[in-house]
Amino acid sequence: MVGRRPWEIASEKLIELVIRICGISAVLFVFGIFFFVFREGSDLLFHRFNFREFFTSIEWYPTSQSHVRYGVLALIAGSASVTALAMAIAVPFGLGAAIFISEFCGPKLKETLKITIELLAAIPSVVWGFIGLTVMNPMIITLFHAPIGLNVLNAGIILALMSVPIIVSIAEDALKAVPDSYREAALALGATRWQVVYRVLLPAAKNGLLAAVLLGVGRAVGETMAVLMATGHAVKIPSSVLDSVRTLTATIAAELGEASMHSDHYQILFIIGVLLFLITFAVNLTADLIVKGIRGK
Amino acid sequence: MVTRQKKVEIANLKVWYGRHEALKGISLDVYRHEVLGIIGPAQSGKTTLLKVLNRTLESVPGSAMEGTVKIDGADIMKVDSVFDLRRKVGMVAPLPVGLPMSIFDNVAFAPRKAGINAAAELEAIVERCLRQAALWEEVKDRLHSLGSRLSGGQQQRLTIARALSHQPEILCLDEFSIAIDPVTTMRIEDVLKELRSQITIVLVTNLVQQAKRLANRTAFLLNGELIEIGDTEVMFSDRPASRQTYEYVNGLFG
Amino acid sequence: MNLSPDNPTIMQERPRQARAAAESGPRFGETRLVRKKLWAEAIARSIFLLMALLMILPLLLIVGYLFYQAWPILSWDFLVTNPRNGMRLGGIWSPLLGTIYLVVISLVIATPIGVLAAVYLNEYAPDNWFTRIIHLAVVNLAGVPSIVHALFGLGAFVLFAGLGRSIVAASLTLAIMTLPVIIASTKEALASVPLSFREACWCVGATRWQTIRAVVLPNAISGILTGIILQVSRAAGETAPIMFTGAVFFKAIKEGNPFAYGLFDQCMALSMHLFTISTQVPDVPKALPYGIAVVLLATVLLVNILAIVLRVYLRSRKKW
Repeated sequence: MVGRRPWEIASEKLIELVIRICGISAVLFVFGIFFFVFREGSDLLFHRFNFREFFTSIEWYPTSQSHVRYGVLALIAGSASVTALAMAIAVPFGLGAAIFISEFCGPKLKETLKITIELLAAIPSVVWGFIGLTVMNPMIITLFHAPIGLNVLNAGIILALMSVPIIVSIAEDALKAVPDSYREAALALGATRWQVVYRVLLPAAKNGLLAAVLLGVGRAVGETMAVLMATGHAVKIPSSVLDSVRTLTATIAAELGEASMHSDHYQILFIIGVLLFLITFAVNLTADLIVKGIRGK
Repeated sequence: MVTRQKKVEIANLKVWYGRHEALKGISLDVYRHEVLGIIGPAQSGKTTLLKVLNRTLESVPGSAMEGTVKIDGADIMKVDSVFDLRRKVGMVAPLPVGLPMSIFDNVAFAPRKAGINAAAELEAIVERCLRQAALWEEVKDRLHSLGSRLSGGQQQRLTIARALSHQPEILCLDEFSIAIDPVTTMRIEDVLKELRSQITIVLVTNLVQQAKRLANRTAFLLNGELIEIGDTEVMFSDRPASRQTYEYVNGLFG
Repeated sequence: MNLSPDNPTIMQERPRQARAAAESGPRFGETRLVRKKLWAEAIARSIFLLMALLMILPLLLIVGYLFYQAWPILSWDFLVTNPRNGMRLGGIWSPLLGTIYLVVISLVIATPIGVLAAVYLNEYAPDNWFTRIIHLAVVNLAGVPSIVHALFGLGAFVLFAGLGRSIVAASLTLAIMTLPVIIASTKEALASVPLSFREACWCVGATRWQTIRAVVLPNAISGILTGIILQVSRAAGETAPIMFTGAVFFKAIKEGNPFAYGLFDQCMALSMHLFTISTQVPDVPKALPYGIAVVLLATVLLVNILAIVLRVYLRSRKKW
């Protein structure tokens, strides 16, 4: 047999090197994101940062002339309240839909539902924000006689609709992963399909379902444009769902444009970015560990 | 035309899959131009032995190997190019695999990857191999149709044609008749009978009678151990060296 | 006459009557417990169906409402004329062109990296802790909030790399953000190619890369295309990552010229435009923001439907 030409062998080595580099690119980018965001806020972080005030104070006055305060507790409460409401709606509906699609559904309806959920997931966040402004806003004002329609309720409903697709998708995968032999065994013992679900499938799939919820939380916490447009602009801890709030993400988006380059205000916003990165990192890491176990896959 | 020259020398070969020892110290030789039959029940290590020969064992995660295997006197773990080694050792798997490309491309695949690009040469190779695999007459008019759409028996013959396309010196067949009908099996056995004057054949089979028909010598593997190896006549007679051989060959277990 | 199905004689002599008796009379084994169970099952099924529908209904109602409000302003002119008069009049040509630039450039950057990364993960990566870390990184990259991507783009591309606020910087940011989409789709497509094909190639002496190029990649094209289409859809809709890296409130360009933007210019974008019009420009005609929303939404939905259709079509043309 004729041998391969040397340049063929060399070019193959080259492409395999490029493939390996691309393979680790995701790791490089994740590190890069953390590094560059951290870098922009590092000066403030290392020299003038007041940890206690940052995490425990509700006073957020970055632009004050006389008394600058960087307390993000109210912002954290804003993010938390909106996320909590969104999950309270999205988790039951999402899991319910996942159970329906996985266990009770005929193939035609299944295909239609799955496509619709995919399309729901494709809607850009700015369009959701727009819906919050123009559709939900007047609806809330009329239905609840609220003074303003941009509040926790508005953003919560919108975020729920945005998070449902990922919850349904992962939960459905988790249910599909339960072996059919479990279902068949239960049915053979005389269980109805509903009993199979709550006695056999939910316990068996509980890791995957928990991961689905966590990923939904990650999605909700990280959302920017929709909450920017739908939560109003009040930096305070909400006392009811009709209160306006500000989330961590919206704060960065709203104020970065005004902050002058490398000023303290600019840097604190980057520090909030680091905080957001760490929160979503922790959520994603936990979800992954729950699904795969502590050992490698 | 069996010679006494050794083509393959296996010395104290041990293979593990994780903690499970699949081959427990096998030593045997394969002579040039012979057909060596390897028989034994499932899980005896027959497929593992073949995988060692063409070094595809390395792709199995968790596998480990000890001992030496030499082909033509050269240690296979120390060759310059594992790809040249694989071209020297043809392999036919139990399940037929028609690659999702034209029949022509299926057979021309190996020569092309080895560096042959001249159209006339490739056409000659494709025709020769398809004839040797007893498939030429059936497909000569549709060489550009998809190989993955042939029937099971045709795909198995296509696999054999592919295995012959790089002119191997050793042809390994791993239970090749599992997924095909008896008529096609007999046709392929005729092909093997013709081929054995040119190359060395290692035939792993679960059909004991197939070994009786084709093999010059037969080896009996049980649970990763080599129980006995000898002339086929002796192995299938009333007095093989081991009682277990007699029992397996006569269907008393396995 | 004893018509009960328990009567063996009737089963032999009058099979049709026996069958009718079996179907109409008390069911075999039916007790109050069984009936209660069946009731519970029917209720559960209806509740879950309702839950599923309650998610879809809002989608349909919203899309319908947006279209209805946008109707007066939608026209060909709307797409090809620039915004005028402080963006209260005119069309959306400059943001539309800007979005196209951002999408195409981020696509060109993200696709090779994403496809090759998926090839590494599926074909080369050994089963060890480092590969696990790569998987984790891909999942995390997908979960990073969009505003954090914006901060990263600002810090890394605009400032550190010195690209300034530009289409290039914004496209790079978008590319990294949408990388996981391409990786996931490609990986799925690669994994759907049976292992037996690869083994058959290795057995005849082909190298890993030869096998990938000849058999694996060509048969994974459907997944790669799907990934590309999904990437386009995400890149077109994102606002936060481009807000601080290259997209602007307003930029005047010539109408009708597809090359009006330079790579280092700033640009307008549909998503950004929707945001500014609905939150920062007073006194716009009612239909205008709806018009922008509809164009953006229609583009994204159509692109996704294209991906779904492509998937179904290519599945039917599988070669094995």
